[in-house]
Amino acid sequence: MPRIGIPRALLYYHYFPWWEAFFVSLGAEVVISPPTTKAILDRGLEHAADDVCLPVKVAVGHVLELKDRVDAIFLPRLVSVAAREYICPKFLGLPEMVGHSIKGLPPLLSPGLNLYRGGSPYHFFAALGRALGYPPWQVLAAYRRACRVQQQYKRLLESGLFPEEALAALRGRHDAAAPRDTMGSPLVAVIGHPYNIYDAFVSMDLLGKLGRRGIKVITADSLSEENVCRGAAHLPKRLFWTLGRRTVGAAYHYLQWGRVDGMIHVSSFACGPDSFAGEFIARRAHRMGLPFLSLVLDEHSGEAGMVTRLEAFLDMVERRKKYREEGSAS
Amino acid sequence: MKVTFPHMGHLWVSVAAMLQYLGVEVVVPPPTTKRTLTLGSRYAPEFACLPLKLNLGNFIEARELGADTILMAGGCGPCRFGYYAQVEHAILEDLGYRYRLVVMEPPQRHAGELLAKIKYITGHRSWLEVARAIWFGFQKARLLDELERRAHYLRPREVRRGSTDRAFGEALKIVAAVRHPRDMAKAAEQAHRIMSEVAFDAYRPVLRVGIVGEIFTLLEPFANYDLERKLGHMGVEVDRSIYLSEWINDHLLFGLAGGRRTRKAACRAAAPYLNHFVGGHGQETVGSAALYAAQGYDGVIQLMPFTCMPEIVAASILPKLKAELGIPVLTIVVDEHSGEAGLITRLESFVDLLHGRKGVEG
Repeated sequence: MPRIGIPRALLYYHYFPWWEAFFVSLGAEVVISPPTTKAILDRGLEHAADDVCLPVKVAVGHVLELKDRVDAIFLPRLVSVAAREYICPKFLGLPEMVGHSIKGLPPLLSPGLNLYRGGSPYHFFAALGRALGYPPWQVLAAYRRACRVQQQYKRLLESGLFPEEALAALRGRHDAAAPRDTMGSPLVAVIGHPYNIYDAFVSMDLLGKLGRRGIKVITADSLSEENVCRGAAHLPKRLFWTLGRRTVGAAYHYLQWGRVDGMIHVSSFACGPDSFAGEFIARRAHRMGLPFLSLVLDEHSGEAGMVTRLEAFLDMVERRKKYREEGSAS
Repeated sequence: MKVTFPHMGHLWVSVAAMLQYLGVEVVVPPPTTKRTLTLGSRYAPEFACLPLKLNLGNFIEARELGADTILMAGGCGPCRFGYYAQVEHAILEDLGYRYRLVVMEPPQRHAGELLAKIKYITGHRSWLEVARAIWFGFQKARLLDELERRAHYLRPREVRRGSTDRAFGEALKIVAAVRHPRDMAKAAEQAHRIMSEVAFDAYRPVLRVGIVGEIFTLLEPFANYDLERKLGHMGVEVDRSIYLSEWINDHLLFGLAGGRRTRKAACRAAAPYLNHFVGGHGQETVGSAALYAAQGYDGVIQLMPFTCMPEIVAASILPKLKAELGIPVLTIVVDEHSGEAGLITRLESFVDLLHGRKGVEG
């Protein structure tokens, strides 16, 4: 039974149930790297090139974490997950960037997922199954099961759960998925790539900090594809990055919806797609007069500075909400 | 309608020729300067790449000269260039610069979209004339590239320092002044003659360095602090992995014009290191570096703007190639904070290193 390592990084937050269910159905053992820590990031920094973004450095750290514990590491080349869209150039070259910078790696399982010209993700899983030496019928059965699990996961996300909660719910631990009861508290939309906002170390526990302050948080992942598309339709041209389009689409949707009291855009330092997506979001938020905070993360981010900015932002959000409620009451 | 477009090296010579031949009024933006960069980086997103900032500066300066229509190229990712025009336009609108935007890019739905855009710019001119105009512009680009290659050869070997630059400047003026395709042959002859009058020492030993990387920073001397000239004066003969006419051929003429190098060859050479496209010229960068190593060049310099995604992928793979092929590689990242003095120091030490290696091996 091969032990397959999956780094808890990058699109783990999107697709982990899909991948895990596939491997487990085939009878493989799945090992996930532990949640990001300072040590993991530091090891990633040592091995990654200087100019790559924080999420990739974190991913390298996770790969190193798995290196000696598994028979193979699953590091797919995610080229495109939707027709006429890409992820980001760094995802396209990720297997090479990681493979060439770390010595003594176990084999990388890096099939390419490319739906740019449409088609089914089955080919991706078929290649994966072939590489592991399983017969096609078994691969097909595993693929179908994996897709069912992924569908279920997506529904859980759309019901408002965050990825880790949804994953717990999938495993049948419903207690973790208690609804957040926050009637009457301000609603803040946190917009950003899942691997930044849900990684508590990378985001310096942004979601936890907001929760403890009694802020209700919504993210892009609880939005259906339909709503994202409607939001993104306001762009002058279709955005060709899937994550960027989701970010802008969700932000535009929440801006138009009118019920959020503030918006936080989280991006990594020097993120290419976000430099454009963030620009569109910030311009629209300013035009609509919504409190807007742009948090840029990198390995040098200091928590104290972030807390100060967050508090100032939340003061503004709360004051504005109170002011508005008083205004509408009188 | 007064049409403007962004600068990228000598691109303006070709585009202006094309449009003027068709009777379109053209505003060539003032040459890119520090002011262009300051204007651009003031209004552009912080992490946008340098070319966007310079484009934006060009458009603001062209507006001051009365331009009202932007002609831009586009694309469909994953490199950010495909979305440049839209971001720049949104910024200009918010600043109060009213511009009409015409983006030449692969059509979203059908080929008619692109044709309609060409018609919008060219007005009533026939398609035959449009084709002629494009060919005219392409010929100019090709001629300039020949002259540039000659200058790359001459610079490290010139007898009187600076004579190559003067000759090239004159030749450029002659090529830029041609208004009709029938005068091209004469201009070419004149320009070549000027270049051939530069006295040089064919036996002087020189280093050979290949320059690879992101196209804009390769082609725009302002963005790379005149890297080629600096290297030339340090006794280095340079070759660039991509020239303007090759880019026009690959991207605007769909490779129809043929040529001595295509992106395919570079991508084949990249395969052992990076076997997938990564947008922009990332794969070509890796492939061209491998090709330069195979051709016995003494070193490779990679140029890229800060935050350039495809080149970052390439840059993180180049160390492997460097170790396997034993060719020194220097990566230079440029943005609005780059300093010229620091660059010169790095170039000098790189050249010293190459001299040392050559001395040991030869």
